[in-house]
Amino acid sequence: MPAGALLAFRPFKGRAFLVRLTYTFMGLPPVLAGLVIYLLLSSQGPFGRARLLFTPAAMVIAQFVLVVPIVAGLTLAAVRERDGLVRDTALALGATRWQADLTVVRESRRAIGAAVMAAFGRAIAEVGAVMLVGGNIQGQTRVMTTAIVLETRQGDFDVAIALGLVLLAVAFAVNALAGRFTPQAGGKLDDVA
Amino acid sequence: MTSPEAVGPVFSIERLSRAYGDGPLALDLGAAADGADAADGAALTLGGGLVNAVLGPNGSGKTTLLRLLSLIDPPTEVRGRVFGGPWPRAGNDEALRLRLRRRMALIFQRPILFEGSVAANVGYGLTLRGWTAGGAELRRRVEESLDAVGLADLAARPAKGLSSGESQRVALARALACRPDAYLLDEPTANLDPGSVVAIERIVKKLRDEGRTVVLVTHNLFQAKRLADRVLFLTEGRLVEDAPARAFFERPRSEAARAFVAGETY
Repeated sequence: MPAGALLAFRPFKGRAFLVRLTYTFMGLPPVLAGLVIYLLLSSQGPFGRARLLFTPAAMVIAQFVLVVPIVAGLTLAAVRERDGLVRDTALALGATRWQADLTVVRESRRAIGAAVMAAFGRAIAEVGAVMLVGGNIQGQTRVMTTAIVLETRQGDFDVAIALGLVLLAVAFAVNALAGRFTPQAGGKLDDVA
Repeated sequence: MTSPEAVGPVFSIERLSRAYGDGPLALDLGAAADGADAADGAALTLGGGLVNAVLGPNGSGKTTLLRLLSLIDPPTEVRGRVFGGPWPRAGNDEALRLRLRRRMALIFQRPILFEGSVAANVGYGLTLRGWTAGGAELRRRVEESLDAVGLADLAARPAKGLSSGESQRVALARALACRPDAYLLDEPTANLDPGSVVAIERIVKKLRDEGRTVVLVTHNLFQAKRLADRVLFLTEGRLVEDAPARAFFERPRSEAARAFVAGETY
């Protein structure tokens, strides 16, 4: 989030390139991210000595790489959209530059909340990268999505569907919980995003 | 009420210009005199508890002038003084610029109200200045300001979802709460309901009577006649006329101003 806000607020050399890069990485294919992290962490890779491959830590790294551009990119878009008018209003009332930044972020908070939910959605739905770097090891790095893949391959469709429903229920529960902590002024759904 | 310091004009301008990109100057005050209103020394002095109406056709530089006066936009070229001191340069003088900015308020044609209650909006400028949010002093000031615009009963309402007339009055209350010495109003009553127009005009008169300086950009000639002590007429970024309001409306000197008063240009 701070990265997104920084990209929106402060002009610096190479910003346009970084913004484009952020937007590109929002669409990063998870399998590709997984592959790169796999190579980096594999025993011949530069970080092989950390022995992280096929551990939950590797999966966290993969998820992080996939999710950060989404949060940063959507935060950037949300903040940019409100920057001009809200900033001018804040300045016209005597805000310092920082106070104006803060006001813009605060006025974008619902859209930023939506960005976090989108990132959460990507994280829990993710299969490719966690399969590659986690290895889908029972009791260690098997998560619901990779379990669904396995069960489907084995023909255990009932289990796969059941797992899918559980995953959906978890997503719903988290969203409902997040909704309680997000301001819903006027309760207008179209205000989100 | 704090009274504005009686130390001469708020703005005293010899030269003030602004270009956007590589285009022609959007505003060009105090350039080599081109006939209409040859100025010696200061091209424009504003202050002294007057309502100064800025009139002129679309694109004549009215809003640009307000944004430069508010010190939000940096001028391309400037020679002048603000509240008796030097005009702060962009990038440098940030502390000075902030101090001066906090002695004025700029109100936009379409006000942006923030998330939260009407009262929180009205208190916004005060919290920027370090007042304790929710403190008794702030609450009292917010009440007074809302009272002044006739919206005391809306204090607890969410600010988003007010009518445009109510929003503009809240925006005005938000500025009043900070008690600035100068008010820069950019078409504050355009497209508002008659009740809100009356309420806002009443406040403008009251501010003048308190000795505040008001710079009012308006398209509404009737409003200018009702409120203005003095008229500044801009055309193509230049100050073509600067006259007492009555004289301006009765005997506009330039052809451009005559056509504007007659409603031939807008």
